[in-house]
Amino acid sequence: MRNIWTIAKREYDHYFISPIAYVVAFMILLTIGIIFAINIYFFMQNAFQSYGQTPDMSALTGAFAFLLVLSVPALTMRLISDEARMGTLELLLTAPLRDFELVAGKWLGAFLFILTILAVTLVYPIILNSLVNPGIDQQLMMSSYLGIILVAAAFLALGVGISALFTNQVAAFFVTLSAFVFLWWLIGFPASVLQGSASEVLQYLDMKTHFYNALNVGNIKLADLVYFVSLIALGLFIGTTAVETRRWR
Amino acid sequence: MIQVNGLTKDYGARRAIANLTFDAEQGEIVGFLGPNGAGKTTTMRILTGYMPPTEGTATVAGYDVVEESLEVRKRVGYLPETVPLYTDMTALDYLKFMADLRHIPNSRERAYETLERVNLSDRADGYIGNFSKGMRQRMGLAQALIHRPEVLILDEPTIGLDPAQVVEMRSVIREIGKDRTVLLSTHILPEAQQICDRVLIINKGSIVAEDTPENLQSRLVGSQRVILRVRGDSDGLTARIAKIKGVHDVEAKSDGSIEFEFAAGQDIRPQVAKAVIQGGYDLLEMRPIGLSLEEIFLELTRDNASGKKSS
Repeated sequence: MRNIWTIAKREYDHYFISPIAYVVAFMILLTIGIIFAINIYFFMQNAFQSYGQTPDMSALTGAFAFLLVLSVPALTMRLISDEARMGTLELLLTAPLRDFELVAGKWLGAFLFILTILAVTLVYPIILNSLVNPGIDQQLMMSSYLGIILVAAAFLALGVGISALFTNQVAAFFVTLSAFVFLWWLIGFPASVLQGSASEVLQYLDMKTHFYNALNVGNIKLADLVYFVSLIALGLFIGTTAVETRRWR
Repeated sequence: MIQVNGLTKDYGARRAIANLTFDAEQGEIVGFLGPNGAGKTTTMRILTGYMPPTEGTATVAGYDVVEESLEVRKRVGYLPETVPLYTDMTALDYLKFMADLRHIPNSRERAYETLERVNLSDRADGYIGNFSKGMRQRMGLAQALIHRPEVLILDEPTIGLDPAQVVEMRSVIREIGKDRTVLLSTHILPEAQQICDRVLIINKGSIVAEDTPENLQSRLVGSQRVILRVRGDSDGLTARIAKIKGVHDVEAKSDGSIEFEFAAGQDIRPQVAKAVIQGGYDLLEMRPIGLSLEEIFLELTRDNASGKKSS
């Protein structure tokens, strides 16, 4: 556990000197800010015409999840591939550190960075809460944020796992992005066309339904939590196995 | 401290090391000498727990490198050939990170002490990316020393350093080797001669010779062969030289030069020179041929045949 923390801390610190991390944080926060402003504008227009619903955070968290598809590959691409390229992986693999601890530490460092960005977006529900009477639906907000956290954790785990398979970070980026696009969008099409159990399996694998149709509308179900935790486990397993495999080559 | 038994490693169809057996005691500096691609790095990577061997066993500080890899890694300091540094970290932060990975209490103080040990304490807050090659090499050594390991494994520790830095690095290694086991690889012969208590010559994955540098030299260089040239005719000189005590195998060559041998260690060239001058000949040249340690090394590593150079 201590080793995981040591690796995570270095990785977290590294993001704050990395231009890519700043670009990602800037892109996410700018987009979220614009969407928030537009939402407020339309809610106010509707409110003046006395129709429409109470504003909530689901539009923002929904956009955040979408942005994760694009930004997580940029955050995870170098995590292990770059260690291999620079030769520092040899350092870590000859330190008294289990392969799993290395992979989990990398994942945790990236996860803490995403949580930091997410923490900044908490200003929006606070602002919204002061604008809306009698305040926003806080249970819905917490469910949405839990959803974002789980989506981010699952994406990051898969990203770390894929990064461990490569020595070139650009290759890791595109493979990670492809995997996310597949999990987030593409898998939905065969799921809607096919019938029977094949369709059900594919539907279960479709990540956005676990978020948009469940957590982001305040519906917390065990099946969705199991889905995300399984993906995290899968990603960390791929990463650990890939690191172990490097020892044998 | 280090015991290697029948170690073999295959990379696919290629055999990197074959049936390697050797050991190293505490307080001993063992040199691993061989041309590039001989299997030095592979052996070191197995000993540091980086990769498992295909066959054979190795123990370091009493722990098996495969079964008890983590215990081995706690006790070994390793400087790989490409010095593994995070160029975006400062020297102190980097060493603190390595100390934290090894659960050293007061890691910041230990990092600073280690920087002092490799003479980099004045650059503690400097970014490693701005360091020179020599400084990076010393950072790599600092990283290997930070947990005061029982066994130090150094892969080409002096490569790429300027002559002054080489001398400095060697003295640091000798200092460390007083109470620890050091296994270092090199392809520079004088280096092995200067630092090491014992030398293993490895070629194509097998050990072709193993001894102290001095013994290796005298064992392999049974006798010293010298070529002698004088101005003009050398008639009669052959007989004159043959009379000198210790000289044998005197041979007059067709080009007028004379070759002879004497037992290594008893240099009788002054007597030979005297005999030449007293005989009224003009001495043009007298030089030893062949069989420096360099040539022995080349001889041993050129073809895989081991064994002594016949003298």
